[in-house]
Amino acid sequence: MDNPEAPINTVRMEHESDILIIGGGLNGPALALALADQGFCVKIIDALPANARASDDFDGRSYALALASQRLLAALGLWDHLCDNSQPILEVKVTDGRAGEGPAPFMLHMHHGEIEEGPLGYMLEDRFLYRALADAIAAHPAITLISGRTVTDQETDATGATITLDCGEQHCARLLAGCDGRRSGTAQRAGIRRQGHDYGQTALVCAIEHETPHNGIAHQFFMPSGPLAILPLPGRRTSIVWSTTTEEATRINALPDAGYLEVLKPRFGSFLGTIRLAGKRFTYPLDLTLAERYVVPRVALVGDAAHGVHPIAGQGLNLGLRDVAALAEVLTEARRRGEDFASLSVLERYQRWRRFDSTVLALGMDTVNMLFSNDNSLLRLGRDLGLGLVNALPALKRRFIREAAGLAGDLPRLMQGRPI
Amino acid sequence: MQTEENTTDPAELAKFEAMAAEWWDPDGKFKPLHMLNPCRLDYVTSQIADWFGRNLSDTGPLKGLRILDIGCGGGLLSEPVARLGATVTGADAAAGNIPVARIHARAQGLDIDYRHTTAEALAAAGEQYDVVLNMEVVEHVPDPQAFLDVCARLLGPGGLMICSTINRNPKSYLMAIIGAEHIMRWLPKGTHDWRKFITPDELFEKLQAAGLSPIDRKGFVFNPLAWSWSLSDRDLSVNYVTASVKPA
Repeated sequence: MDNPEAPINTVRMEHESDILIIGGGLNGPALALALADQGFCVKIIDALPANARASDDFDGRSYALALASQRLLAALGLWDHLCDNSQPILEVKVTDGRAGEGPAPFMLHMHHGEIEEGPLGYMLEDRFLYRALADAIAAHPAITLISGRTVTDQETDATGATITLDCGEQHCARLLAGCDGRRSGTAQRAGIRRQGHDYGQTALVCAIEHETPHNGIAHQFFMPSGPLAILPLPGRRTSIVWSTTTEEATRINALPDAGYLEVLKPRFGSFLGTIRLAGKRFTYPLDLTLAERYVVPRVALVGDAAHGVHPIAGQGLNLGLRDVAALAEVLTEARRRGEDFASLSVLERYQRWRRFDSTVLALGMDTVNMLFSNDNSLLRLGRDLGLGLVNALPALKRRFIREAAGLAGDLPRLMQGRPI
Repeated sequence: MQTEENTTDPAELAKFEAMAAEWWDPDGKFKPLHMLNPCRLDYVTSQIADWFGRNLSDTGPLKGLRILDIGCGGGLLSEPVARLGATVTGADAAAGNIPVARIHARAQGLDIDYRHTTAEALAAAGEQYDVVLNMEVVEHVPDPQAFLDVCARLLGPGGLMICSTINRNPKSYLMAIIGAEHIMRWLPKGTHDWRKFITPDELFEKLQAAGLSPIDRKGFVFNPLAWSWSLSDRDLSVNYVTASVKPA
């Protein structure tokens, strides 16, 4: 019917897949599953070789999954495999501490009994979460994984996006989803600028084995040099996320294990008995990086690619999974009503939904961190009064708890335990 | 079905491509329609799926259904229902819209029969459809009853008509004319004449007089906080939509 000579060069009728996901970390595979479950055909491009991420041994990395994130994993059919290896967080105690003195009496105590939904969250080791995601994407007929390839070029037109890999291969789809982290190449190639802030702080991350049981209690100590999170893992093991000035972190990280432990011990006292290291030690520089836009025509950014936050309270992964659930819902609804699901007007719904949420959270954590990483006695008095006040007012406290469990705000359906 | 107007003159084509870009720019001249569109589509697609027993999660859920979109403009409704598998005819009395809609649909890989014609001409030619989309048109025609009579003739037995328009009351005057035309400048001044607005009861009467059985009505409600539209069972005070069927 058509005149093939007509000067319309925007036509690309066939796409090999609906969505190309750049990044094979955690958000990428989670997004692939959420979309493939809704009938989208998905391809993941991972820069790392196939076996680089899989590790059967505990390497010390773990996540504090908010309850909402756990529900998403359950909706994706992953929780049955993860449940036995997870540790429910039954209580969170937030305390203001000072180096050398150990923690002061706790100021805010959140107990899961104060909300009806269940535990506040779950601790889960990276190796189990990654393995569950990898197995599920390998088993899903609508997902293709290309490992060990980086994207060298990306182009968009009126109907889709085409990427070129380092091997010269080209792939096209209606939508490109950048799940490629805080230094997202997808964002860069799309011309999306970022705003950043370097805290001059670095997180030291490790896991310890200890003598006395943790009883599912998580602790957050706010120290003048930065917060210290003590998060219960299955068994008598605990994950430590310890933020301090980059200078000090570099010094501490250079110490041998014994010296490292000697610095760590006095910071949180002796309530877990004798401690020793379990797994490797990691350092992560803390910086905040927000993409100016989360979407441009045919491209959407997810997780750290859109908003890299630092790992206080494990919000990075939780925010990312919230993006995953929101984007999957927006795209699925758009396709159900016959819209071009990768059009800008559809993608903007995702951006409107998520940008407000994550900017507020990023700035909120920023403020919390700056407020607490400070030894000014006036600020200290103010924050102690503040935490004490929250603790004393049940309604306010329930809001805090629901916020910590990831249940606040406009929750995507997959995180409410409902189908899309 | 392609006419000459969109393939012969490159300058003309470029002009229509620019107009197509305008029609489909979510922040452009037709922003209010783009904002309302997801909500309209939710209603249209769910009513069609319910009436014809289709599941919108299936691939090509509207396959086999013949749909007429009256006043199709740039194809904001025609394209989605075509994407869901329906066989779509888009009719517009404004000649300029037709090549614009064609160019966009083609770039999207969609096959839609766009025609510069009127409901009257289609009815006179004896055309009949499973679904007639009659959205935001009634308030612009000189004789709504005569127009709805013609639309009813365009439905085959057991066919479904979705008809949306604007209610007539002080609030709708404030929202649709003062608000949308004068304050927000969403629409050009003079787009609507308040006297042509129709209450839901009046519309139901007219639909019945045209031989159709009304089966549903809902409001389109704008939420300024979420900056988006949603469907309401109760609030039909400004924009609203109805579904009615032709007896088999």
